[in-house]
Amino acid sequence: MEATLMTTNSTDFTKNWSPTALSFPKKLIEQATEFIETTHFPTTRDEHWKYTRLAKLSKQQFLQSKVAATAEFDSISNSNNRLVFVNGLFNAGLSNLTQSNGLTLTALSENSAVLNQTNVDVIDLFSAMNICFAKDGIHVHVAKNQTIETPIEIVFVQTGEQTAAVIHNQITIDEGAKASVILNFQSKNAKNTFTNVISNVSVGKNAHFTLYKMQTENETATFIGTENVTQERDSYFHIHTSTLNGLLVRNNLNIKVIGENADTHLNGMYLGHGSMHVDNHTVVDHTVANCESNELYKGVMADKSTGVFNGKVFVRKDAQKINAFQSNGNVLLSDDATINSKPELEIYADDVKCSHGSTTGQLDEEAVFYLRARGISEKAARQLMVSAFIGDVINKIDNTEVSDYLTSKLETMFGWDF
Amino acid sequence: MIKINNLHANIEGKEILKGLTLEVKPGEIHAIMGPNGAGKSTLASILAGREEYEVTEGSVDFDGLDLLEMDTEDRARAGLFLAFQYPVEIPGVSNINFLRTAMNEIREHKGMDPISAKEFMAMVKEKSALVELDPKLASRSVNEGFSGGEKKRNEIFQMAMLEPKLAILDETDSGLDIDALRIVANGVNTLKSDKNATIVITHYKRLLDYIIPDFVHVLYDGRIVKSGTKELAIELEEKGYDWIKAELV
Ligand SMILES: Nc1ncnc2c1ncn2[C@@H]1O[C@H](COP(=O)(O)OP(=O)(O)OP(=O)(O)O)[C@@H](O)[C@H]1O
Ligand SMILES: [Mg+2]
Repeated sequence: MEATLMTTNSTDFTKNWSPTALSFPKKLIEQATEFIETTHFPTTRDEHWKYTRLAKLSKQQFLQSKVAATAEFDSISNSNNRLVFVNGLFNAGLSNLTQSNGLTLTALSENSAVLNQTNVDVIDLFSAMNICFAKDGIHVHVAKNQTIETPIEIVFVQTGEQTAAVIHNQITIDEGAKASVILNFQSKNAKNTFTNVISNVSVGKNAHFTLYKMQTENETATFIGTENVTQERDSYFHIHTSTLNGLLVRNNLNIKVIGENADTHLNGMYLGHGSMHVDNHTVVDHTVANCESNELYKGVMADKSTGVFNGKVFVRKDAQKINAFQSNGNVLLSDDATINSKPELEIYADDVKCSHGSTTGQLDEEAVFYLRARGISEKAARQLMVSAFIGDVINKIDNTEVSDYLTSKLETMFGWDF
Repeated sequence: MIKINNLHANIEGKEILKGLTLEVKPGEIHAIMGPNGAGKSTLASILAGREEYEVTEGSVDFDGLDLLEMDTEDRARAGLFLAFQYPVEIPGVSNINFLRTAMNEIREHKGMDPISAKEFMAMVKEKSALVELDPKLASRSVNEGFSGGEKKRNEIFQMAMLEPKLAILDETDSGLDIDALRIVANGVNTLKSDKNATIVITHYKRLLDYIIPDFVHVLYDGRIVKSGTKELAIELEEKGYDWIKAELV
């Protein structure tokens, strides 16, 4: 009885929301509905949410918009392929679409038959919510052997108060195709917003796909998002996540490598400040042999911010000759900032090369003094040290529009000058 | 240039400097010698602005400025330079970039425009040649993976770039082979003018064969207990410090 009192009924949270406008399989919706009806909000007793408290979130109610509002937004790319979603709804007027050969780029609501074959699962409350209440998202399909040169940018802007955006994205890169997508999450004149997003990504045989995730929603925004990625034989996948702001940010990244000779890169940086909480949970599941994965996540935590990094790498039985490298580094800039870092390797094959490492430390005060003793101000010295620390993750970005945007945000938001 | 008067300083409640007095005038080179633990690096650190030390008494006048009231970076901008006994490795921070930032901070302080990229690179070339520092090292991360001798040369390279009024070299000679010693000394001598001054902290007379000091001081137990000319260094090399200790009691 006591336990129920302490947790929150999930149906309260979603009671103002209307059912999804997307055609998920009926069975899946039933399953998700039942999940919400029977499952309470996760608590810190739940292994997956051990360091991320949802108690405050669970007591709130957010409203879904009925029509796509208009809003100002920042875009990263000069691309002609830009879709804009306001509070989770597609705004055609703000979007800019040119036809390219082999590229299908639409709002998912316009093409939601693709969901007949979705492999999305109800794995937790937020995926259940997503299936029951997603209003829209993108559908990207790059046809066999097509290369889309310019990055496809999707802007998700939150505006208004207490708004909820529930977004479902489907990205399919066919055999031999090449593309990159920017998911640009931001707020404009927004307060206390909630974003729930799932992106399903399938990277076909010998396909090459890069996903940039830029998170600059404001300090009142809650974001819970998941990328589910499958990678086939000979494919390349790179995801780069930059989390610069938010009240509570939870990123789940699940990569399943199902074909041999695949190459996987997952990189991320997070900058905690104020009372921000940022949580990255990543999973790389090597189910087959002869693959490589490289993971580098770095965090800089200031003020009273809290961070979580949980990185799992599975190497399944018979998945021999896997090279899997994982590293998480953190710098705490204040005594009140904390980070919980937990790298986990689970290896069931015997001929593999895997390593993981996690470091958390403060800025080297000797180095700060050294720089100051050469005439550099204390602030600039600290910034130089922080930039040096985070620089190698930024350098993993191989799109200059994305890295320029990132460095300009770092300058406007933090006064960092690179 | 600098007037240190009756300086007392503690660290963690332990008194290290116990009334140190020293004056250095423009154009002069002073050597400070003294046994391990006497307080030589402590003096250098306090002058550079390290905050762990608590100054309990005394004053330091640097060209009319109350040095002890200034932040570390302001001291550097006013023309004070410390060549560290143990230079720090700073991975990811480029030697050249940081030096350019530092130089421009100092220039700004003097009311000068930032140095142009071209002028800066020409200067890097000239000054790295002066201390025979491989230009490749100049552009690497600060001291990262440098050998002991390379770190010391990098200190002198930075000094040459920043052109300080007062340079304090804390055991820049230790760990240097005889060639490097000559190179470092040559750097110091080339930069010497009647407007700047140098304090050389060393354990070895051999450095003073290359950098000829105007004065040699013995720092013992937190004070300057004896001052003389170059001959004092020779005497110390021959007789050690015991005779000085004996003189004191
Ligand atoms: N952080 C500290 N905490 C406690 N004691 C310290 C600290 N730093 C220095 N000391 C003490 O102060 C005294 C002077 O040290 P200092 O480094 O100034 O000596 P030094 O003359 O430079 O010696 P050396 O010739 O070995 O370089 C030593 O007894 C040392 O142990
Ligand atoms: Mg010393």
